[in-house]
Amino acid sequence: MNDLVFTVLRLGFLILLWLLVLSIVGALRRDLAIGKKARTGAPTAREIRKNPDLSPPPEAPAKQQASMLVILEGPLAGLQHELTASPILLGRAQEATIVLEDDYASGRHARLFPQGTRWFIEDLGSTNGTFLGENQLTRAQPVELGQKIRIGKTVMELRP
Amino acid sequence: MSELETAPVSRRNMELLLLLLALAVSMGAYYLVGINSDQGLSQEFITQGLFLAVLSLVFHVILRIWAKYADPVILPVTVALNGIGLAMIHRIDLAKISRDSDQSSRQILWTGVAMVIAMVVLWAIRDHRILRRFTYTALAASIVLLLLPMIPGLGVPINGARIWVRIGDSLSFQPGELAKITLAIFFAGYLSSNRELILLAGKRIGPLQLPRLRDLGPMVVAWLVSIGVLVIQRDLGSSILFFGLFMVMIYVATARVSWIVIGMLMLVGGGVFAYLTMGHVTRRINGWLNAFDPDIYYAQGGSRQIVEGLFGMGDGGLLGTGLGNGSPYLVPLANSDMIIAALGEEIGLIGVSAIVMLYLILVSRGMRAALGSRDAFGKLLATGLSFTVGLQCFVIIGGVTRLIPLTGLATPFMAAGGSSLLSNWIIVALLLLISHNARRPMQASLSATAEVATEAPRRPKNLKEAKK
Repeated sequence: MNDLVFTVLRLGFLILLWLLVLSIVGALRRDLAIGKKARTGAPTAREIRKNPDLSPPPEAPAKQQASMLVILEGPLAGLQHELTASPILLGRAQEATIVLEDDYASGRHARLFPQGTRWFIEDLGSTNGTFLGENQLTRAQPVELGQKIRIGKTVMELRP
Repeated sequence: MSELETAPVSRRNMELLLLLLALAVSMGAYYLVGINSDQGLSQEFITQGLFLAVLSLVFHVILRIWAKYADPVILPVTVALNGIGLAMIHRIDLAKISRDSDQSSRQILWTGVAMVIAMVVLWAIRDHRILRRFTYTALAASIVLLLLPMIPGLGVPINGARIWVRIGDSLSFQPGELAKITLAIFFAGYLSSNRELILLAGKRIGPLQLPRLRDLGPMVVAWLVSIGVLVIQRDLGSSILFFGLFMVMIYVATARVSWIVIGMLMLVGGGVFAYLTMGHVTRRINGWLNAFDPDIYYAQGGSRQIVEGLFGMGDGGLLGTGLGNGSPYLVPLANSDMIIAALGEEIGLIGVSAIVMLYLILVSRGMRAALGSRDAFGKLLATGLSFTVGLQCFVIIGGVTRLIPLTGLATPFMAAGGSSLLSNWIIVALLLLISHNARRPMQASLSATAEVATEAPRRPKNLKEAKK
């Protein structure tokens, strides 16, 4: 075989190698597009024509964000806790963010944490359970403004 | 720690397509080596190529059965890297520069063993959360693995580092390679159960929140043992690797930048101390800073290896000399530590950057699995494991290209060496498992996640009540 063939094969190998890399990147791009939450930026007009689902949702009424946790009933009634970006541990233990002096609360009872623009509450395996509205929590659930959270005798809610 | 959602789609067909492309790259590399050597295309092209192809297709089928929703690009990337490495090792063998010119058949044998063990890991574990039960067993295993080479009669020093175990005449093994997996399991298990204790309990001094010593105790013990053993065994690369793993996992678990600051200060302090007191570290750093000084070039353990590698890569230029056309065998250890230099000579900057891209993709897919994982243990384990692969690449490729001092770490999946292949394939198997559990539909996994959500936090509470 002559030099020309060698050169063509040599360059062909490099092209094949980059073809592999680029097709993997292409596959990844599709992977990102599947989860629409991972999308950044607004879809272009052409994308919307191809896939009507992508059109921006009608403007939702601006949601007010919670900035305050207010205790309504129980031994600590009246206490207001300013919400920051960090999670809040509720329970009787001294390390808790809000130490509940409530005989029906466990040491580390529940956790209130922000994700995106919402706050979630999660029961940490307490003895007597955590209630959101009427329902006992079985997993982490988002908390809406004004929704009652009950731990033992303590009732609290989020306020803007 | 955040979560991203993806629609549960099994993407095994995409994987098959990419896998075939990856095999084409590996076979292409073998073919080029074959036609450019004096002997022409040898038997090895057929046997080794087919062996790799059959094994990776079997792996693909196994994934279809047991990890249907696993990430579709991890396997093709790994097979491509492994195949290119095999072709390069075969090419160095053909130059017959060393007495031991049958490295490639040993490497293909180890590839087979590693892939089979990775499949066994996939089959035996199924759900990575099982590993959490073995948190402290993993710590004990890491200590044993790291101490094995120190046992007289079993451990053998090679090139000044006492990190090898020899069983029988021909089989030597580097147990430290496996220790990085067991240590990652321990760190992930320990930090996922004690994360909040480390975060919340303890004194606050200025902007720094210091954790209580007893919460950090096991971590400090693990870290001291691994670093101590490695300083005594004189294996610089691995000690950087373990230190980095420790820092990253504690940073990811606590999200405190102060850990990174403390870690960097400790690294600088340790580096200066080692430079001043340890002969082999001094030599490494001199060989890095003054590589082109003739005295250092000709010195025993001097910079000859790095400089020859740089000349080779310079000779390759942008496009490379073509596989089988250069002379990468002039560099000492061209098939293990310096394999990136050998590749740089023969496939050029363009080829090597494709390889670096493949590593980058592999690491980013590991991180993606961590983001998607639904439990803290899985997040931490995937982060730790993919970070180990990334750090290894950085340390060895950075060393070969004289960005940082050269330390002996194996280039993952490429360098000749069975223990490194084995441990990296196990890492791949674990990453595939974690990504499978992260991406599979919620319904199927509801019971499993519910169990974790209630069981994991209950344990510390029971302890507390028992104390009262």
